[in-house]
Amino acid sequence: MGRQPDYAGLARFATHWRERVANGGFVPMDPAAFDALLHRLTGRLAEALAAAEVDGRAAGEVGAALVDAHLTEPAVLAATISVIGTHLAPARPERVVQIQAAVAAGYARAIRVTTMAEQEELGKAVLSAHAAAERALRSSEARLRALFDGAAVGIGISTMDGRIVQVNQAFADLLGYTPEEMCQLLVPGLTHPEDPPDMWAMYAEMIHGDRDHVRLEKAYFRKDGGVVWTDMSASLIRDESGKPEFTIAMVHDITDRRRLKQRLEHQATHDPLTGLANRNMIAGQLDRIFNSGDPAARVGLCYLDLDGFKRVNDTLGHQVGDELLAAVARRLRECVAGPRQVAGRMSGDEFVLLVEDPAGPQELTALAERTLAALAVPYQLGQHRMRVSASIGVVESDVRSTSPTELMKAADLTLYVAKSEGRGRFVMYDAERNARQAARYALAAAMPDALDRHEFTVVYQPLVSLADQQLCGVEALVRWQHPRLGELTPDSFIPLAEETGIILPLGRWVLEQACAQAAEWAQLFPERRVFMSVNMTVSQAHEPTLPAEVDGILARTGLDPTLLVLELTESAIMDTNGPPLRALSGLADRGIRIAIDDFGTGYSNLAYLRRLPVHTLKLAGPFVDGLRDLDGGDSVDERIVETIVRLAHAIGISVTAEAVETAPQADRLRLLGCDTGQGWLFSRPLPADDVTKLLQDASTPVLSGGQ
Amino acid sequence: MTGPSDRVPAGIDVSRPSAARVYDYFLGGAHNFAVDRMLAEQIAAMTPNIGETMRSNRVFLRRAVRFLADQGIRQFLDIGSGIPTAGNVHEIALDAAPDSTVVYVDIDPVAVEHSRAILAGVDRTGVICADVRDPVRVIAEAEELLDLTRPVAVLLAGVLHFVPDADRPAAAVSALRAAVAPGSYLLVSHATADGQPPEVIEAQRLSARTATEISLRSRNEIAAYFDGFELVDPGLVFIPQWRPDPQDPVDDHPERVGAYAGVGRKD
Repeated sequence: MGRQPDYAGLARFATHWRERVANGGFVPMDPAAFDALLHRLTGRLAEALAAAEVDGRAAGEVGAALVDAHLTEPAVLAATISVIGTHLAPARPERVVQIQAAVAAGYARAIRVTTMAEQEELGKAVLSAHAAAERALRSSEARLRALFDGAAVGIGISTMDGRIVQVNQAFADLLGYTPEEMCQLLVPGLTHPEDPPDMWAMYAEMIHGDRDHVRLEKAYFRKDGGVVWTDMSASLIRDESGKPEFTIAMVHDITDRRRLKQRLEHQATHDPLTGLANRNMIAGQLDRIFNSGDPAARVGLCYLDLDGFKRVNDTLGHQVGDELLAAVARRLRECVAGPRQVAGRMSGDEFVLLVEDPAGPQELTALAERTLAALAVPYQLGQHRMRVSASIGVVESDVRSTSPTELMKAADLTLYVAKSEGRGRFVMYDAERNARQAARYALAAAMPDALDRHEFTVVYQPLVSLADQQLCGVEALVRWQHPRLGELTPDSFIPLAEETGIILPLGRWVLEQACAQAAEWAQLFPERRVFMSVNMTVSQAHEPTLPAEVDGILARTGLDPTLLVLELTESAIMDTNGPPLRALSGLADRGIRIAIDDFGTGYSNLAYLRRLPVHTLKLAGPFVDGLRDLDGGDSVDERIVETIVRLAHAIGISVTAEAVETAPQADRLRLLGCDTGQGWLFSRPLPADDVTKLLQDASTPVLSGGQ
Repeated sequence: MTGPSDRVPAGIDVSRPSAARVYDYFLGGAHNFAVDRMLAEQIAAMTPNIGETMRSNRVFLRRAVRFLADQGIRQFLDIGSGIPTAGNVHEIALDAAPDSTVVYVDIDPVAVEHSRAILAGVDRTGVICADVRDPVRVIAEAEELLDLTRPVAVLLAGVLHFVPDADRPAAAVSALRAAVAPGSYLLVSHATADGQPPEVIEAQRLSARTATEISLRSRNEIAAYFDGFELVDPGLVFIPQWRPDPQDPVDDHPERVGAYAGVGRKD
């Protein structure tokens, strides 16, 4: 006691101690600090040792201090105890043991406290972390719930066995249920007849985990029975191990959009006025029918046109016209039966009834008859009551042997035939007639070009004075040198020309040619006074510019008007009232003579002979034909001819006999008083040069008998 | 809306071992559960040196922080700091320079909570719960506690070997480098298979049972993290060889710790 501390000894002890501990475990402080600690503790130990009674408490504090310095490896304690034993005070072993025991006990106590404290800290940290995670989760849950509840899109969650476990308000509202009601429903119960066929297969795949996503348009029945269309997107939610756990569906109301789309589609394929299929849709249907690939497929078409519709439009106005079309369309819709028959409006007043896979032509004719009957019933449009008939061209064919274009063409042509045969009827397509029609059309179409290409020529048939057998005039006859069909006579193309209107330029051209030729002959043979007879059609007679044109031609050719004869048929003359009549009278005033061609074959109203400026009657062939018999005598024809001649002469009109073929006919006609004759007996129609030759040979009677 | 079973974040699931708790055990702490201690014993059985490695790392950290403080660094960003056992960065830094600021970053929420509890009364410290693989988040949160216009020491001690290649550790380090001012430092200590016996590989496989698994990298790979930094002496060496304390002699087999350490300066 009171001894000076053995500093060197203490230092040595501390060094040993440090060395032993450093080898044993983790030293959490730097060497200097560690040194300082051990020195201090060494000092404490020395004090504890030097006290009168071993200071167990102090020694215990040393042990505790080691733990507090985080020198917690058991090896540290072992080293410490060992060093104390070997280096502290070897001379006083029993004191050393007490120190050792106290140090060990202090260490053990401290380590127990530290361990429990650290474990408690850890526990608190874990709880704290849990709590934070919970809060974050709840917050995220709250956000999710807000998202779910507030979404404008309908969201629904269901289990793998189809139970709907949760829906948001939007979904419930969409179907008109409360969310609670919807959670009573099962997913398979939400079917709708218009569900895509593979939809439920895809749902089954999703339930089995074979498919993660389905998106399609689906209709749902509302609680009140209404229907909503949705864009539905369903996804499969799996748990961590990949097993299917839920399905979540999001639905988006597209009812309006769909309706609009359908309306637009309808508009694109339907005629706005009548609601019938429009041209596009009919074309589409035809394409479908023709591309069906079925070798036995058949198709039928009624092409329908309202007779006189234009007149209704013109006289009663377009509004009434439209109402009529709508009324017709309604009746047509009633006439078509079943899904295989479609009524369409092609344009204006043209309609079509398309039949897919008809049983045969009889189905089409039955349809056409039904339609005519339905349309024949009078229409009451406002205060207007009217009847309208229709013309129908009907075609029925197997698909293989034709095409949509051919079919329409055939129907169109057949419709035309129906019209030209009198309207208010249907006509069945006839291939042969169709060919003829096609040929006629082709011919009519070729005429303008033919005129430009000078394919037409004029030949002249002599007219002979029956009294002295002298040539007194010629009739100009047009011929067409068709490149393929050869020489065509007027019968085969003049009526066509009349229909298409090409008669006007053609007629003008013929007249010009004839007058020029006549002028030439007048110049060469002035004393012969050869007249030129040119045929005129109804159209030509009605043409307002006729007088001016004739004047122009006469002026250009220099022909004396008194040498020109214009021939018109009875029916052409019959149609003349007003302007055409005035035109003809005007021409007559210039000295041009008018002849009635084919007299006796048309409507012979003798009264008109008084009004019209007629100079000649041309007796039709049939009358002349009746005078063929050598027996002659009292035939009816003779009497008629005689009477006509007398009548004509009585009012100052001359008579020409056409188609004189035999000499006896000629004789008889002369005896009956007929003035002029024309026919093969005298001459066939000749080219101009041949006529010139005839005229040159002035004395030769024209009795060539068919040169 | 109750969804499928909630996934428990790493560390909170106390039925699984956590790297932070295993590390604490090796350092002689009691901040661990039975599962952690069991795994630690298994690892130690495979690689008896493992405890030494961890302790060696801790000691290196102390030396390095001291060194950095001496270089004038007053801001420390300790990423992957784990559970605050003894000899923490803030203790060392504040001891060297009381005006230092230390921010701890760890992915383990328990470690973060624990750190917050311990640092509750300590000024100039902060704790961030973030993942080193999300450097943007780390920087964003660190910015609130540190002045990134002044040099910072970024400490990645024993953490990059928990980031597999697929998670692009180099990109993360690059991002951190880009965020700090010139004059900042990077510290890396990283486990390696260099000079290691086969049982080390086995331990790596075992480590997959914790929330994170260890990727052992070669010296070259580890050196690559220092792109853009100038390594200070002695460069990238085995941990015990990095500026050892004169009183702590380096033994003959520094490679036995199975880890490299280095400190680099950004110019």
